[in-house]
Amino acid sequence: MEKAEKKPIIIVENLTAGFGGNILFENVSFEIYKGEVFVILGGSGCGKSTLMKQMIGLYEPYSGSVVINGIDITTADEKQLKKVRMGIGVCFQSSGLFGSMTLAENVALPLTEYTDLSTEAIQLIVKMKLGMVQLAGYENHLPAELSGGMKKRAGLARAMALDPAVLFFDEPSAGLDPITAAELDSLIKTINEGMRTTMVIVTHELQSIFNVAHRVIMLDKSAKGIIAGGDPRWLKDHSTDPRVIDFFNRKVSEQKGKGP
Amino acid sequence: MDPRKTYTIKVQGEKGSEVTLSLSGRIATENLSLFVSEADVILKETSPKKLFVDLSNVEYLDSAGALGLLQLEDRAKAKSTPFQFVNVTDEAERIMGLINRKALTTKSLVSDKRSSNLIEWVGESSLKIFNDFVSVITFLGDLLAALVHSLFHPSSIRWEDVNFYMKRAGVEGLPIVGLISFLLGLIIAFMSSLQLKQFGANIYVASLVSVAMVSELGPIMTAIIVAGRSGSAFAAEIGTMKVNEEVDALITMGFDPIQFLAIPKVLAAMASVPILTLYSDLLGIGGGLVVGVLGLDLTVYTYIQETMNVISITSIVKSLIKSMVFAVLISGIGCQRGFQVRGGAEAVGASTTSAVVAGIFLIIVTDSAFAIIFTYI
Repeated sequence: MEKAEKKPIIIVENLTAGFGGNILFENVSFEIYKGEVFVILGGSGCGKSTLMKQMIGLYEPYSGSVVINGIDITTADEKQLKKVRMGIGVCFQSSGLFGSMTLAENVALPLTEYTDLSTEAIQLIVKMKLGMVQLAGYENHLPAELSGGMKKRAGLARAMALDPAVLFFDEPSAGLDPITAAELDSLIKTINEGMRTTMVIVTHELQSIFNVAHRVIMLDKSAKGIIAGGDPRWLKDHSTDPRVIDFFNRKVSEQKGKGP
Repeated sequence: MDPRKTYTIKVQGEKGSEVTLSLSGRIATENLSLFVSEADVILKETSPKKLFVDLSNVEYLDSAGALGLLQLEDRAKAKSTPFQFVNVTDEAERIMGLINRKALTTKSLVSDKRSSNLIEWVGESSLKIFNDFVSVITFLGDLLAALVHSLFHPSSIRWEDVNFYMKRAGVEGLPIVGLISFLLGLIIAFMSSLQLKQFGANIYVASLVSVAMVSELGPIMTAIIVAGRSGSAFAAEIGTMKVNEEVDALITMGFDPIQFLAIPKVLAAMASVPILTLYSDLLGIGGGLVVGVLGLDLTVYTYIQETMNVISITSIVKSLIKSMVFAVLISGIGCQRGFQVRGGAEAVGASTTSAVVAGIFLIIVTDSAFAIIFTYI
């Protein structure tokens, strides 16, 4: 795997967040470098999805900062926030496609709103993006007519519409069979290698982590923060933290047992 | 200069000979249209024998920019002009490699669903109305069967839910029903007084308001308000439950969704709508009383006396029977529209709208039927 450029595109510093006064994690700090596939992992309820939502400005943290492309989104005004959001794409767990719009309209939406391209040019870009996620020919389908894996890929095509510098994925493999999940992983890898898009992925699927991740951080519910970080293969073989060993080894054996 | 033009195209070579286009700057999504049209013009003007596109000075290229370059290649090849990219950077090669050129010309697997002709539209709409009619009748049948079952098995009714929906549909509806009925009584009295004054028949304002409110306007206005407030809420609630597979969960647990979800709502509506109707009648008469006393020099006693003379127990009972039937229709159609939801958020919205529209339609049609029935009995 090619090494990512060592220039931070996202800097998270001393982030503390939770719900209704209950702290999920505190003083979390890390950096994400340009072009890398960064995975946030951890067991259920450790706050990894919440951390991602803090990073895209959907939730407000109790304290700390999230700097994306030089702009601190925790203190940014609407104009700056819009600028940041135009430079990121998000693939939601349930794909987040608009049910009343066809796939073409879903993908075209950011292009029609944020560019003054002609209709023909937009249609061409839509066809290209759908082709990139292997959905050529599905322009006029409604999201309800697609399978779970196709919806995720369509969500990815829409997230990529403006060629963002950073793509966020919330549990991309959730609800997918192992083969479809592996296909999605390979798509994520292809796009990362082809366009050098920085990828931030929230998952607990070990197979996905080993397939795509350059670097991971592991959150833990009881520690309320990061308990490990680095190359997932290195962590699996060398970590001495029992929680990390347990997470990697137990799950790996479970997954091997299941098999596709 | 166009602010979108963040690139330059330098043309080297004579017209009709080998031409090199040296590109530099940023070729990206925002200037795709501009780039393609400019490249087209150059291609036309130079008519090259062979075209080279030099990418060595391209600073930034995104997927749409790469698409623009591939479009240029396609257009040159369409004119049988030999084409070649030179000094292709790794980045440009990677991005161009991501584009599946076959996908750009792949035809859509299905045609655009919204572009149908008039005949198709009429056919589809007729079929939809017929199917809708069948499903409403089927549902009302199921609902009546469940109501009869509940009558013989009162313990099967979820009384807590009935209580909750009575509060929602009844108690919380009191302010709006009261306000509208009061103003309605006021308006009828005021408008009729303008005419009746001329004949010195001021006292008949009281009769007019009370008859209008008790026999027609009270039940209809209350039913319409309940359809707007509660019929829509029932449809939205059950529709969202359908989307979230909660209704499926009920079925798999062995519960009858009509008994579980619809019956408490229908019973609550049947109990609260007649009470709201009586309340509406009273407030309407109250509105008339205000005009009568303040504008027509009638005493409170005279006004009430005249009202009592024209309103009979039968007319009140008829009004209550009507409102109870309206209650079944409004709540029933609300639940039926909710159960009909397939898909997502849009379908829930459509079911809510449809619950209100169908509810009001049924109220008016049933009211007309009652007018005829009550004339003959």
